[in-house]
Amino acid sequence: MKHTTQSPDRRPVQSRNGAATAAPPPARTTTRRRPASQQWAAWAFLTPVTLYLVLFYAYPLYRNIDLSLRNYTVRSFVQGDAPFTGLANYRTVFDDPTFAPALLHTVVFTTVCLVLQYAIGLALAVFFHQHFPLSATLRALFLVPWLLPLIVSASTWSWMLNSDSGIVNATLHAVGIDPVNWLTSPSWALTSVIIANIWIGVPFNLVVLHSGLQSIPTSLYEAAALDGANAWQRFWRITFPLLRPVSAITLLLGLVYTLKVFDIIWIMTKGGPADSSTTFATWSYQLGFGNLLPAFGPGAAVGNLLVVAALVFGLIYVRVQRKQAMS
Amino acid sequence: MNRSARSRLTAAALTVAAVTVGATACSSGSGGTSTKAADGGTYTIWDPYPQFDKSSAWAKLLAGCGTEAGVKIKRTSFDTSDLTNKALLAAQQDNSADVLIVDNPVVSTLAEAGVLTTTDDNKLDTSQASPNLLAAGQSGGKTYGTPIGANTLALYYNKAVLKEAGVDIASVKDWKSLTAALAKVKAAGKKGITFSAIGTEEGSFQFLPWFWGSGAQLTALDSDRAVSALSLWKTWLDKGYAPNSVINNTQTTSWQEFASGDYAFSENGTWQLANADKAGFEYGVIPVPAATGGDAAAPTGGEFVTIPVQGDTGRYATSQKLVSCLTNSQNLLDTDTTLSYVAPTTEVQDKQVAANPNLQPWVDAVKAAKGRTSDDLGTKYPKISEQLWKAVQSALSGSASPKDALDSAQSAVK
Repeated sequence: MKHTTQSPDRRPVQSRNGAATAAPPPARTTTRRRPASQQWAAWAFLTPVTLYLVLFYAYPLYRNIDLSLRNYTVRSFVQGDAPFTGLANYRTVFDDPTFAPALLHTVVFTTVCLVLQYAIGLALAVFFHQHFPLSATLRALFLVPWLLPLIVSASTWSWMLNSDSGIVNATLHAVGIDPVNWLTSPSWALTSVIIANIWIGVPFNLVVLHSGLQSIPTSLYEAAALDGANAWQRFWRITFPLLRPVSAITLLLGLVYTLKVFDIIWIMTKGGPADSSTTFATWSYQLGFGNLLPAFGPGAAVGNLLVVAALVFGLIYVRVQRKQAMS
Repeated sequence: MNRSARSRLTAAALTVAAVTVGATACSSGSGGTSTKAADGGTYTIWDPYPQFDKSSAWAKLLAGCGTEAGVKIKRTSFDTSDLTNKALLAAQQDNSADVLIVDNPVVSTLAEAGVLTTTDDNKLDTSQASPNLLAAGQSGGKTYGTPIGANTLALYYNKAVLKEAGVDIASVKDWKSLTAALAKVKAAGKKGITFSAIGTEEGSFQFLPWFWGSGAQLTALDSDRAVSALSLWKTWLDKGYAPNSVINNTQTTSWQEFASGDYAFSENGTWQLANADKAGFEYGVIPVPAATGGDAAAPTGGEFVTIPVQGDTGRYATSQKLVSCLTNSQNLLDTDTTLSYVAPTTEVQDKQVAANPNLQPWVDAVKAAKGRTSDDLGTKYPKISEQLWKAVQSALSGSASPKDALDSAQSAVK
């Protein structure tokens, strides 16, 4: 197999090499020839990644921005003659009665999930850092939520939280608490999806923070213990500060993951009832695909707002990291 | 030196070659669904029946019709919810299937987009199809396809539960008597009724028999009659006749609740008939009653066979042959039996009832049914429907009164 595929491939290489060396004018000296061919090689190495970036990132992003700036109806979508309308779609989105609740839900969902996922993840990471018997097994078990396909875990959550036949309400009933309409009451729907999302996000935080903990030298703890620092002080004076770079990247990744959370909310509540758990991610889908008559323009506009939000936090992260590197 | 530079170049070129090969592989992969890439003798058919694999009767029927028309068939099936966008995208790339089978409310959207040919262009004969079914595929006086089968909603009831509660099904004639029956069932310690009020098209679909049964029109969501229909559902939830989970129920989950054997009634569709036989209890079917007696018009479900616009208009003749083959009486009978649908022509409906008398209430329901995009609503329907299901969700979840919910729905449609 290998031989047969290599021999025909070698020929174009030689001709390419020839083309590359023939390109510089003959006046050039042999010493200058080599860097030129090396440069070609460098470009050749860059090509795959550039192609990849252009095909799978730049072009879709450009198309999405283009979509959000034109007035697409189903007819103009097919014929490709949608008129350019500037920021009209963004105005539609901002004026929509769903905008304010969706923004609020996105902020609440993201903040609460991030804070709790991080706090629980860190607590568990410190706990498992103690290396007690079975700690590795237990830690592996904690990874299960992360390994399950989202559709499985979200469907399971929605069964468990079912108002009439869910296990959660059955348990509440057993201890004498009135059943809660977890997914079907406007005051609980957002809480329910947040709980499910925290459960799914904790393992990620646990794994990253746990590996961060391992890079903190034990000698520091020993020295602190000799100086009389108690466990609490050791955590706040050593663990937490030294974990800061790992924490930053965990929180940033967590933010991006949480901002775009769609599957869990869609499977559990469809953003409802009455928009009470709609975030930008589900709203964007609702506009673009959730109706028989798709509104591509406003849908793309909401999507772009999400991209911008993630980008802003990404830039903040890069800035903070640069500052840390300099200090 | 030179050698190592060359070997590096070799590696680079190999990578480039690999990437190019990868890219072409990708593009030919996506071109698999393309008609233009196929040779002249291959016709593509897109359908929303992913449950049927290559060995199914449906796939064989398609292949058989292809052989009859002297062409090869390439079939691709999509999930119903995916199909609209896939069809729009394909049309954008001038890459539409030759024959497209879509859910009936989508026809007007695709027609509006200019994706579908009219029966004037494709010479399809639709005279056999029942007018109330065909109406869903008509807008602006033009017809954009022919129904392959229809389904609709009715009330399944559990005979044992009703007997235990002392309810005579013959007494259920209007909303009042139905509510009274539900009260009796609840008093007997059983559960009343399940339906699906989820925040998608399914929710609107299930609400429509009650909405239309009240005498309301989709052009005025805030009418008193519309409010009375939504109040009916709301009362059932408040009194515990219907479970609170209906707000999140799809038609499938609602069916699962009914199949548990605890519920007296379930609003569900023709397609559950096969499951009803497996449920393990005696069941019956009545049409959804209207507010003051008589049968409410239920919305029609089921697909249309359409012929999308092609760059090469010469293909229509063969596509027309394919569609005629798919919708001739014998094949309709086979297909609709497999799909558990009611046939769109009286001739085949009679044959279906002769073969299975249990289908009679469904045939009646389909005859009384109404397309969602009928009344020349066309592409206005999706917008109305979205507001309707939102209003249903707001009212049932208690975030607004039925009146307020429908008022804001009507103002959002405008």
